[in-house]
Order: sequence, then C-alpha cells, then structure tokens
Amino acid sequence: MSFPLLTLTAAVPAVGAVATAAVPAGRRTAAKWLALAVSLATLVLAAVQLVRFDPDAKGPFQLTESHAWIKDFGVRYELGVDGIAVVLIALAALLIPFIMLAGWHDADPQESGSSRWRPTQGFFALILMVEAMVVISFEATDVFLFYIFFEAMLIPMYFLIGGFGDRAGERTEGGAAAQRSYAAVKFLLYNLVGGLIMLAAVIGLYAVTADQLGTGTFSLQEIVQARAAGKLDLATTTERALFLGFFFAFAVKAPLWPLHTWLPNAMGEATAPVAVLITAVVDKVGTFAMLRFCLQLFPEASKWATPVIVVLSLISILYGALLAVGQRDIKRLVAYASISHFGFIVLGIFAMTSQGQSGATLYMVNHGISTAALMLVAGFLISRRGSRLIADYGGVQKVAPVLAGTFLVGGLATLSLPGLAPFVSEFLVLVGTFSRYPVAGAVATLGIVLAALYVLVLYQRTMTGPVKEEVRGMPDLRARELAVVAPLIALLLFLGIYPKPVTQILDPAVRHTMSQVHKADPKPDVNDVEAAK
Amino acid sequence: MENLIGLLVVAPLLGAAVLLCGGRRLDRGGPWIGTLFAAASLAIAAVLFAGLLGRDADDRTLDATAFSWVPVGGFRADVGFHLDQLSMTFVLLITGVGTLIHLYSVGYMAHDERRRRFFGYLNLFLAAMLLLVVADNYLLLYVGWEGVGLASYLLIGFWQHKPSAATAAKKAFIVNRVGDMGLSIAIMLMFTTFGTFAFGPVLERATEAGEGKLTAVGLMLLLAACGKSAQVPLQSWLGDAMEGPTPVSALIHAATMVTAGVYLITRSGAIFNAAPDAQTAVVTVGAVTLLFGAIVGCAKDDIKKALAGSTMSQIGYMILAAGLGPIGYVFAIMHLVTHGFFKAGLFLGAGSVMHGMNDEVDMRRYGGLRKYMPVTFVTFGLGYLAIIGFPGLSGFFSKDKIIEAAFAKGGTEGWILGGAALLGAAITAYYMTRVMLLTFFGEKRWQPDERGELPHPHESPRTMTIPMIVLAVGSVFAGGLFSINDVFLKWLEPVTGHAEGHSPVSALTVTAATMVVLVIGVAIAWAQYGRRPVPVTAPRGSLLTRAARRDLLQDDFNHVVLVRGGEHLTRSLVYVDHSLVDGVVNGTAASVGGLSGRMRKLQNGYARSYAVSMFGGAAVLIAATLLMRAV
Repeated sequence: MSFPLLTLTAAVPAVGAVATAAVPAGRRTAAKWLALAVSLATLVLAAVQLVRFDPDAKGPFQLTESHAWIKDFGVRYELGVDGIAVVLIALAALLIPFIMLAGWHDADPQESGSSRWRPTQGFFALILMVEAMVVISFEATDVFLFYIFFEAMLIPMYFLIGGFGDRAGERTEGGAAAQRSYAAVKFLLYNLVGGLIMLAAVIGLYAVTADQLGTGTFSLQEIVQARAAGKLDLATTTERALFLGFFFAFAVKAPLWPLHTWLPNAMGEATAPVAVLITAVVDKVGTFAMLRFCLQLFPEASKWATPVIVVLSLISILYGALLAVGQRDIKRLVAYASISHFGFIVLGIFAMTSQGQSGATLYMVNHGISTAALMLVAGFLISRRGSRLIADYGGVQKVAPVLAGTFLVGGLATLSLPGLAPFVSEFLVLVGTFSRYPVAGAVATLGIVLAALYVLVLYQRTMTGPVKEEVRGMPDLRARELAVVAPLIALLLFLGIYPKPVTQILDPAVRHTMSQVHKADPKPDVNDVEAAK
Repeated sequence: MENLIGLLVVAPLLGAAVLLCGGRRLDRGGPWIGTLFAAASLAIAAVLFAGLLGRDADDRTLDATAFSWVPVGGFRADVGFHLDQLSMTFVLLITGVGTLIHLYSVGYMAHDERRRRFFGYLNLFLAAMLLLVVADNYLLLYVGWEGVGLASYLLIGFWQHKPSAATAAKKAFIVNRVGDMGLSIAIMLMFTTFGTFAFGPVLERATEAGEGKLTAVGLMLLLAACGKSAQVPLQSWLGDAMEGPTPVSALIHAATMVTAGVYLITRSGAIFNAAPDAQTAVVTVGAVTLLFGAIVGCAKDDIKKALAGSTMSQIGYMILAAGLGPIGYVFAIMHLVTHGFFKAGLFLGAGSVMHGMNDEVDMRRYGGLRKYMPVTFVTFGLGYLAIIGFPGLSGFFSKDKIIEAAFAKGGTEGWILGGAALLGAAITAYYMTRVMLLTFFGEKRWQPDERGELPHPHESPRTMTIPMIVLAVGSVFAGGLFSINDVFLKWLEPVTGHAEGHSPVSALTVTAATMVVLVIGVAIAWAQYGRRPVPVTAPRGSLLTRAARRDLLQDDFNHVVLVRGGEHLTRSLVYVDHSLVDGVVNGTAASVGGLSGRMRKLQNGYARSYAVSMFGGAAVLIAATLLMRAV
C-alpha cells in the first residue's frame, strides 16, 4: 500500500485543530503559533501533492486511496485527485496561513481573564477544522464521503460566522450580535436545505445503482465506468432529477442567483478573514463539485440544463455587479462582487468548451487570491476606523499610502486588469463562452465595465479626496499586515504573467471532463492551415 | 537583435518597479532615475531602428517569442513581439517624446513631494505603451492597451486630494472600459473565426472570412479605438483628463496614448480593407469627431481644455485617414507623428505658462505674455504655426495629405469628407489663433490667485525649455523631411500598403483651398480677440458657444441617461434583492419546510438553541452511519 498522502493532508489540520483547541486558556499566543505551524505543514503537504502529481499520467485520478467503509451501503473511503482538485487543495492550503495571520488579533478576548471560554483557541481550531473538511471534499471520489464533509463543513463555519463577528459592528450598533447570528443562521439554513435536497439525490443515485448493478455504490469512478459500459442506464427523467438535486446544493454554495442572498449577510457580518474563508475557500467546493459530480455523473442532464444555467450565470454576473455598485458597506460590496465572479465561474463550466472550463477552474484559483487580497486589506482598513460604511472614509491614500496602494492592486485584480491573474481566467471564460454562445459571451463582457465601476467608485470614495477628520492619524500597514498582502500581490502578478504552471496541470483534467460530457470545442470558421494539410 | 525588443519594454517596467517599491530613499533621486530608464529605452529604440534601416525595405521585420503565456486547449497566446516599420515609428515617437517629457517633468514636478511616484507611473506608462505597439497578437496588445489605461488613470488622478482629479481619473478608466469591451469582443470573434488572434495569421487570411464577420470585427475594433482615442461617442473623458499634471497631458493625452486607436485601425488594415461598411463607420466617426473637437476647442477658456478639444479633432483627422484604407494609412501615421511633436510642444508650452502664472489655466486671465516668456512664446508659436498648417511647417504637409485623400475617396462621400476636413482646418486656424492671441498678445489681464498674489510670469528652467525647443524643431521640420522623396511613405508602405487616390480636385486646388480657409480662420479670430480687448469674464455667448463650453452637452446626456438611470437601477435592485429575492427564496423555503416559524424564532434570540439542535441532529446522523459499519 502506498503512502496515504491525501489522508494525511486532511488529517494534519484536523488533528491540529483538536490540538489547538486543547491549548490552555492562558496560552493564547502559543495556540496561534501552533495553528499557524499546522497550516504551514498542510501547505507543505499540498505542495508535495502538486509535485507528485503527474499532469500527463493516464487515468482520471491519482494518489488514490480506497478502503471499504460502510459495506452494507457500498460507501467507500475513496480518495483521489485530478488536476483540478490538486490545484484547489493547494489554493486552500495557501490561503489558510494568510487568513490566520490576517485574523491574528480578531479573536483576542475583549476583557482579559473574564471566563474559561477560550475564543482564541476556538477561532484558530475552527479555521483548521474547515481546512481539513475542505481538503477532504476536494479529495473524495465517493459521493457519500463527499456529501458528509460537504455538509459537516457547515458546523465550524457556522460558529466562525456567528461567534466571531466584526469588531466594527460591535462598537457602533447594539444590534450587531443579533445581526450576526441572523447571518450565521441564514448561512446555515440555506446550505442545509441545499444539502438535504442533495442527500435525497445521493440516496436516489444509490437506489438506482443498487437496482441496476446489483450492489449499490457511491463510487464516482464505478458509476462513470458503468455508464460508459452501458451497464447503468439512467432514464432521462431520473438523470435530470438527480442532477437537479446535486446542482441545487452546489448552486447554493457557489452561490448562484437567486440563491445568493446568504452570502452578503455572512460576508458582511463575519470578520474579514472569515469572509475570505467563505468566499475564497469554502464556496469553491460548490463550483468544484459542479465540475466533478454534476458533469461527470450526469453528462446528459448537464447539457439539458445548460441553457437555463447559462442564463442564471449571466444574471449573477450583471446582477451581482450592479448590486455591488449600489452598496454602502465595503464588505457587502466585495460579497456582491464575488457573486458576479461566481457567475463567471459557473458560466465557464457550463459553456462546455475547454477554454471555458480551464478558465473557470483557473478563475477559482485567481478569484481566491484576488478576493483575499482585496478583502483582507479592507479588513485592515475597517479595523482602523471601526466602520464598514464607505461614507465614513475619504482621503486614506494621503495618510496610509501603502494600505491604499495594496487596496488598489486588490481592486484592479478584482476588475480583471490585464497583467494580473484574474484577467487570464476571465478572458478564457469569456472566449470559451463566446465560441459556443456568442450572445451570452457578449453580454457577459458588460460585467467588465461594471466591475471597473464598483471597484473604482469604492476606491475613489474611500481613498481619494480630502482627508476625513476621523481618518487622520490612521497608521499605515504594519509588518504583519504587509506580510499577508505582499505575497498575495506577488502571486497575482506572477500568475497574470505566467499562468502556465497552473494551466498545464488543469488542462488534462479539463480535457477529461470534456470527454465525459462528449463535447468538443467548436471549430473556427476559417480552417487552420496545419489542419487543412 | 530580436531580444532587444523585449528589453525595450522591460527597461521602463523595471524603472517603474524600482520607483514604486523603492520607498522614501529614492524620493530625491527618483526623477532622474525615471528619466534614465526612459532614456535607456530610447537608446534601445535607436539601436533597433539602425538595425532595421540596415536591412532591405521589404525585410524590415523582427519577430521574437519570449514565452508561451496562456496555452489552453486550442487557445494559444504567446508573449511575442513583432517589430516592423509601423511599430518602429511608434516606438521612436513614444520613447523620444517620452524621454523629453520625463526631462521636462524633472523641472515641472520639482516641488511635488510625491514626484518619485509620478515618475514611477510615467515609466509604467512607457512600458505599457511600448508593449501595445510591439505585441505580435491582439491579446498581448490588449495588455498594453489596458496598461496604458491604468497609467492614465493613475496620472490623471495624481493629485488625488482634489475630488475633481479623482473623478476625472475614474471617468477616463470607465469610459475606456466600454471601448475595451469592443476589443474583447473583437478578439473573441477573431478566435472563433480564425482560431487565433495573432497578427500574422489573422491579417494574412482575413479575406477568407466572410464580409459579415469582418465587419463585426471592424466595428468592435472601432469601438475600442473610440474609447482610447477619445472619438465620438466615447470622447467625454478627454477634457476631464486635463486634471492631470500637464506633462501627462502632453505625453499621454496628446502625443501617444490617445493615438493608440489609430494604431489599432492601421494595424488591422487587412480587416478593414475587406469590410467597407466598417470603413464607412470609421470615416464617419473621424469626420464627426474632427468637427466636434474643433468646435469644443473654440469655446473653452481653459488653455488645456482648448488644447484637448484640438487633440480630439486632430485624432479625428487621423481616424478619418485610417478609415480611407490604403490611400490614407500612411498619412494617418504621418499626421500622428507630426501631431506628436507639435501637440506635445503646445502642451509643454501651456504647462510652462501655467508654471509662470501660479497655475492659472483661464486664458482670459493671461495676455501679453510674449515679453515675459520669450522661449515659451517662440516654441509655442512654432507649434501653433505647425498645427494650423502654415506652409512649410509639419502640419502643412501631413494635414494637407489627409484632406486630399478624403476628397480622393470619391463620389458624394469624398465631397462630404473632404468638405468636413477643410471646414475642420478653418476651425483649427480659428481656435488656435484664439489661444495664441489670448495667451501671448494683448493686454495683461492677470488676476490675483487664491492667496491674493498677482502672478510674476518668468521663463521656465532649462529642463523644461530644452524639451520645448526640441519639440518645436520637430514641429517645424518633421513634415518637410518626411515628404522629401516621399521617404515616410516608402518607409511605411511595406506594412500598410499604399494606393494613390483619384481625387476629383487637383492637389494644387486642395492646397489653395486649405490656404484660403486658413486665412479666413485666422482673420476671424483676430477680429474677435486681437483687434479689441478681451473681457476677463466670458460673455454669455450664443447657444452654440454655451453648448460647446459644456462639451456639446455630451456630459449632460450621459449624466441624465447613464448616471441617473444607473443610480435608479442599482438602487431599485438593492431594494429588490433585499425584499423580493431574499423574501421569495425564504418564503419558498418556508412554505416547503415550514421554516418561517423557525426563522422568526431565531430572530427572537433562539438562534443558538436552534443551531445546537441542528448540530445535534447532524451528529446523530454521523454517529449512526459510523455505527452501521460496526454492526
């Protein structure tokens, strides 16, 4: 048996979470360092995965592990990664240390020694717990195994949103705690309902396989192979119903219009690092699962649903962007921008072209990094002034030029400026969509104008103009904060100029997915010279 | 030799990185460091130019592929460079004028505490602009295209503490983004049509695609050009862009960046040549803008805004020429180069005047400055003579050729376009004479500034006058030099192609007509502003004057339709999202699962107990599944 690298990558943060939670109440700093060390160790493991992964190897999954688990129900502990998963695991593992560093003081107790409750330990332990569950969700190739962690993730997330709110809110409004718990519960209910519908579909899938194959199975590969061999034949309506069950859960998580309304609440009320955790890490599981489960398990139904999903994505893109323009709260603005970006990701996936899907997966990575950069700097800004309202700022650029500069770079990445990473992925999504649905592709480009609008209006109102009285004396970025932002910006630049290291891992996986749904890229009108020969 | 092309872009990029990340240590030396990097790219350009000249006329191209940028499936974008006579011309203009303006800025920005950053942005601009013209495919061109947009944004808004500057910067970027949408769609269309967007294959095989496709591509490219080159209907940002420091206006918003649209159209000539409808759209935009800009230029009292109107108008000439196809490409580029000299010179002169006049921009408060600023007066004067097309000076050669080519378009179209170009020449003579008279002649109309001090105009320092002198020399001689033996035409012809038009009127008639309208324009201006004293506050003016002062009401239109409409739309969407979408989704969920009662409950403070019970349930579920295994 080979070395269980995938299990280890998930187990390290899980064990680390327990260890962090167990650190005595008085040793808060030790707990933080422990958690950070664990997240770095996970990052190393994720890097090892990347190194050991061979993009050109045959077969859909690598580094696989497979054990029987619940025999009676055919549930297996089956792990494996393809190019998409291995990159997204790396993204998650990369962002967690930055999230921790950015939130270094977010969970410090307000009054010292007031209780035995250990918020700091809890905060960092919960982040590690989420990381462990996200990692295993990316790795699971057994539908049931995936489902368990997809759902279990909600528990630590609920406590992170509800338990550790934005300091800014606490100081200004009395009702902040109530709003926070409303946001947390809304997050929970939306995702739980999505999950329950998925559960029904998961059970349905099991019933179908049990019926036709003799023994029921949740194994992605087994089902795909059985379908390819003609042993498993889903009736059209069955396939569509099951597809919708899965898709609904992922569309809530992604989130896709009109199931998006939990996100602005959750991102607004949570601390900035937790907001990044939601949108940059956890939500990626939703779009990832569309690629892995919806498209591969239900290729025909996916194609059947494509027109509707393309329209919903277009609505998400424009609607999210327009609402971002209308926001008065910095964090909610970023949340709506993310909704717009998730629209691009889903659009790319369902355009069913290799550019679209490569673009969408690359988009997941780039959006993670760019949102982290923008949101974390926004968090630093908010923590200085104690307000999330855009109108409370003005002229920050004059007093804190480095903060303003990094905020601008984060913003420019959000509006997909060429030269920064998100441009490459956004353009790929657009071109991939355009080559199959020209009108949809053209409409989606409106999103780039609106993105410029919400980013630059935000920047103008907060950073430029005369210096507001309350902003005067605001300190510039501290060393810890710069250590968070600088690497993210460097990464945005690097992947904008040289995305090849990532795309060459993604490309074969995307080609595999494309072949699963039996779709080929549209051919250009004027035939290639080489092809003509 | 090929490797030098990349270095051309990297040198100023490195300069930008050093200056922007270098911190306060570089505050003092920053301006000279920036100038040095600009000069380095000029030196590289000179070496490349010498290399090209050493080759045969039909072999003057250099190609270099640096690395594969985005390889995804059938989608290949490389970071590759293509240097031919067309891009070389631009490279020389960009690095030459760019270096001069860096030098000028050393003096102009000497007292600005953030000058290190200013030079960093200028270097960034050079890098992006050079990338735009040496890219060998449309996607990489797009990177330079938006890169110059970013640099322009940063430089227009350089004095960010002024709300007007911040607003102008944002406006420029957003209006440009509308144009960028066009470029995006054009590239996507190329990809679906040709399977690539590299210049080589697309332009060589353009005719194989149907005319409909090519027209669509052409129109999208035109939209892009309208944004970047401030052509109607996307021209509204250029006037506001004058909020930036004057060297920026000279370099970016006169000599180089705003001409990128002309480059794009000329570069894509093969597409336009096969799409006559798109060409008609191009000449229409050019003709409309050349009149639009000229009219706006007549009404402005702000010296920089008057010059901005003029820039729009002159670029209108270039776009018009580019839209004429092979009979016009060469002249579009020739006018672009001569315009680069005289317009940059005029802006630098305006900056020098402002420098001496306590940053006053209202020409009605100038007057009689020729005695106080002789170098500025002479260099500005030569630029003035060049732009109005005084015989023998640069503008005379380049503009005359465009007017001729417009007539040569033939038919009614030719008469309309030629007529518009002639009329534009008359208006140009008028508004430029107005600027000249208001600024340098007549009585002193100087007013005390905010601090109550009267200005003490004085000549600017050497770092500023030297660039002005160099540009003035260019304004005088460039056009003539280019026309000796048609050397400019022969240089560019291998890239752009050239055809002689068949003008219904002889070249001599056109020149004579141009001279006549020139004299008329100057005479009217003199009658209004030279013969009698000029009031310090502008008279109410006719309806047209008032409209022209407000940029022919375009901003008002935008405000009412786009800004107000957009605000209403977003505001109502925010309401819809909050009350309707959220409500409907929650309501649906409630009716399905009876959640509403619970939702109400948790708002009453039972949230935690509810959540705990949920988790309790989840835990039981997991425990049960685990137990199953044991059983």
